[in-house]
Amino acid sequence: MSELLFSGGEWDFALLKRVFAAIEDVGLNDLKLDVYPSQIEIIASEQMLDAYSAHGMPLMYHHWSFGKIFAREETMYSKGWSGLAYEIVINSNPCIAYLMEENTMTMQALVMAHACFGHNHFFKNNYLFRQWTNAEAILDYLAFSKKYVAACEEKYGAEAVEQVLDSAHALMEQGVFRYRRPPRPSRAQREERLRKRQQYEEESFNDLWRTLPGTARDMSADLAAVDEDEVVGPQAPMNLPEENLIYFLEKHSPVLKNWQRELLRIVRNVAQYFYPQMQTKVMNEGCATFVHHYIMNALYDRGQISEGSILEFLHSHSSVVMQPGFDDSRYYGINPYALGFAMMSDIKRMSEDPTPEDREWFPDVAGKGNWREVLKHAWANYRDESFIQQFLSPKVMRDLKLFAVRDKTEDPVYTVAAIHNEPGYRKLRTSLARLYDLSTHQPDVQVVGANLAGDRTLTLRHNRHRGIPLAQNTKDAVLKHIRRLWGYNVVLEEPEA
Amino acid sequence: MANFIDRRLNPKGKSLANRQRFIRRARGEIKEAVQKSLKDRTVSDFAKDQKISIPTKSTKEPRFRHDPTAGGEHERVLPGNKDFIEGDQIKKPRQGDGQGRGKDAAQGGEFDDDFSFTLSQDEILDIFFEDLELPNLIKTALKEIKVYNWRRAGMTTSGSPNQINLVRTMRNSFGRRLAMRRPKEEDIEVLRQRLTTLKCGATPDSDKREEIAELEEEIARLEHKRKWVPFLDPVDVRFNAFVREPVPTSQAVMFCLMDVSGSMGEREKDLAKRFFMLLHLFLKRRYERLDIVFIRHTHDAQEVDEHTFFYSRQSGGTIVSTALEEMKKIVHERYATGEWNIYAAQASDGYTQTGDASRCVDLLNQELMPMCQYYAYIEILDEREMEVFSSEESGAELWRAYRTVARDWKNFATKRIAKPQDIFPVFRELFAKEGTEAKG
Repeated sequence: MSELLFSGGEWDFALLKRVFAAIEDVGLNDLKLDVYPSQIEIIASEQMLDAYSAHGMPLMYHHWSFGKIFAREETMYSKGWSGLAYEIVINSNPCIAYLMEENTMTMQALVMAHACFGHNHFFKNNYLFRQWTNAEAILDYLAFSKKYVAACEEKYGAEAVEQVLDSAHALMEQGVFRYRRPPRPSRAQREERLRKRQQYEEESFNDLWRTLPGTARDMSADLAAVDEDEVVGPQAPMNLPEENLIYFLEKHSPVLKNWQRELLRIVRNVAQYFYPQMQTKVMNEGCATFVHHYIMNALYDRGQISEGSILEFLHSHSSVVMQPGFDDSRYYGINPYALGFAMMSDIKRMSEDPTPEDREWFPDVAGKGNWREVLKHAWANYRDESFIQQFLSPKVMRDLKLFAVRDKTEDPVYTVAAIHNEPGYRKLRTSLARLYDLSTHQPDVQVVGANLAGDRTLTLRHNRHRGIPLAQNTKDAVLKHIRRLWGYNVVLEEPEA
Repeated sequence: MANFIDRRLNPKGKSLANRQRFIRRARGEIKEAVQKSLKDRTVSDFAKDQKISIPTKSTKEPRFRHDPTAGGEHERVLPGNKDFIEGDQIKKPRQGDGQGRGKDAAQGGEFDDDFSFTLSQDEILDIFFEDLELPNLIKTALKEIKVYNWRRAGMTTSGSPNQINLVRTMRNSFGRRLAMRRPKEEDIEVLRQRLTTLKCGATPDSDKREEIAELEEEIARLEHKRKWVPFLDPVDVRFNAFVREPVPTSQAVMFCLMDVSGSMGEREKDLAKRFFMLLHLFLKRRYERLDIVFIRHTHDAQEVDEHTFFYSRQSGGTIVSTALEEMKKIVHERYATGEWNIYAAQASDGYTQTGDASRCVDLLNQELMPMCQYYAYIEILDEREMEVFSSEESGAELWRAYRTVARDWKNFATKRIAKPQDIFPVFRELFAKEGTEAKG
């Protein structure tokens, strides 16, 4: 038994460091997590609001929509209708986590375990993040984009910039590459890009950075993440159909100027950066919640935190993983924290204390005592959809009392398609997994044709998922934005199929 | 090991630029909402921070969305099953009811309802005075009762001894002594000692006598110079100077007078209220302390609180002069004119008992106008009447009577309002009247 790390709610920096060391000990030596170095920043609530409104990023270009989020959050917070998140964590290297100064020491410990070990491990190891985002370069890129947008505003007017950004934001969900990496730039193009980038670096050169260890970076490594086709406009070859609408408009729009294309690229890169997070909400939060739960309990078992603290922690933890039923007024969809935590805890349970049912469903896990490896394998190689499909156990379905409801538009009734019982488990699991597949609930709109020789009409096609059409009111508004970027007529096909 | 950084001292308000962009974007709607909220707010707290709701029209961020109600088949998974079993059928809510219900786990909801947020006082005033060209208003000089205050005004060469500025005086003296090469006491002392040693020494020979004579001459010259380059000369002396400066009185009282008889309907009262609000805001920006007195009248006048003033009705005839009497009484009781700037705004539909108008004129001319900074009379007409009385000269009895007062007193103004849109221009005109020429 070791000594208590802290007793009251107060914290200071020395204490934070000691507690972090204790958490790190559990995280690295017991759970064997693999994390980026952490950078923990203590901020005040107002700064948390600032961070909220710009996708949680420390730097972001200016746009009114962020101001809108800020205005709403500020009102909600100041009227006491909603609390603030305890933390924000950024997928970068080093991994930046924001802690609010108002948190008690117990909460700071929870948040450090949650963000600096849970999320951090997930960011560093999950295949989606490894393949699609560049944790090393994101902050540099955001700094570049912020400066670039500001320069454009100065040169071309805030309104002109705003128009392009508005239109690009409308297409953010259709502005990512889902199935392939963006085309690699050729050698010459890469060098040109490097030159531009270096020019920027030189302008913002600060000798101080040189003195920090581990910041020297191969610039061309950054560039690998940035694609570039120098040929833009009508001459560029179009690889139709094209799923990434922003990319297509950026490369092929007959009316856009170069700076407008660069703005589209910025929005597209931001969208792409967040795409993995959208596909891994359950896993990411589940991982972080599981890790903080494990670490806090381990600290308690070692006698490093007091009973009061563990109770305070449990109170907060249980409200995070609370899942209200569908008929509850608080119900707002399935809570990713609840689902992720339940599934991951269940993997641990199965591996340590299996039932016959578990042995039948998960022979590789049940009773093998290898939950650490199983979880780490899952965190590294799955996303929400595949994780649920693979690991949702009958016990979790029973605990959450899940049931599936089928809704056919022409039917006058909803039909309960499956419930948490023997014949329903597999159906239920597939249904739930499907809900987490972004391609099924984000409309799949692709460019299928562009008549450049004739009247330059751009043809888009919405591939209906199970026959569900697009909502009419937003469709027209978004098409208007596409028209603005394309400059000519745009038609959207929605074949019944 | 983690790297801890304390960011609490970093500048806050990183979102300010975004917020300004947002407000600029939604300007039209925010303005409308602010105007609308005028109705619900009291005169005195009008300009505080307030929550407003605006329609999401211009700040909508459209995205492609599925519309499951329009066709196709979809499945959702819900938690918390109680008694459903497979194959159960649940009746759909009727068309229209179902929308906006339960949002799917993964589906980000679109906010269709109004967007609410809090505007700060400055933002509200910016929007509110946007049309009013407030800078022009502020430039116009209002007549103000002067209260004087002493203010430092550098140095003078004359003044009373207790205001001598020693530092400055000694500095001047030192400079002058340097420039005039005033001999120092020590230097003379050295010469004197030399003289003494010479005199007390052995019997003087001719050399020594010569030296003694030179020294005596030198000492005499220096002492003479010390006399006519004095240590402290009257030209060195500096006094702290103060000037009496008029400061605007920091307190003001605003009288709102209104006819509440049956002829003043909701519309008239609303117009009057908007006018009072503007005046209140305007004065608020200039005075540290601002009192408001509400006087309502029918055939009888009384001081009331704001709510009663605007919302309660009273039946009776209309005798305007009672309100003026009441105001006079309150001024004498509570607001001695030396300390208070008195503003009055009177709203009426222009009717008063026959013969009362001349009494009003007398009261104004003799009693009230000498005390008031400014007196604004606004007559609220309906639009039909507005056309009839297109000329300033024609009008009901009260109007014609007040016109004569306006001729005598520069700080008395009369205006007519028929629509809310009239208020801003009228207000501006009223306050642009004095001082610089009214613009546009």
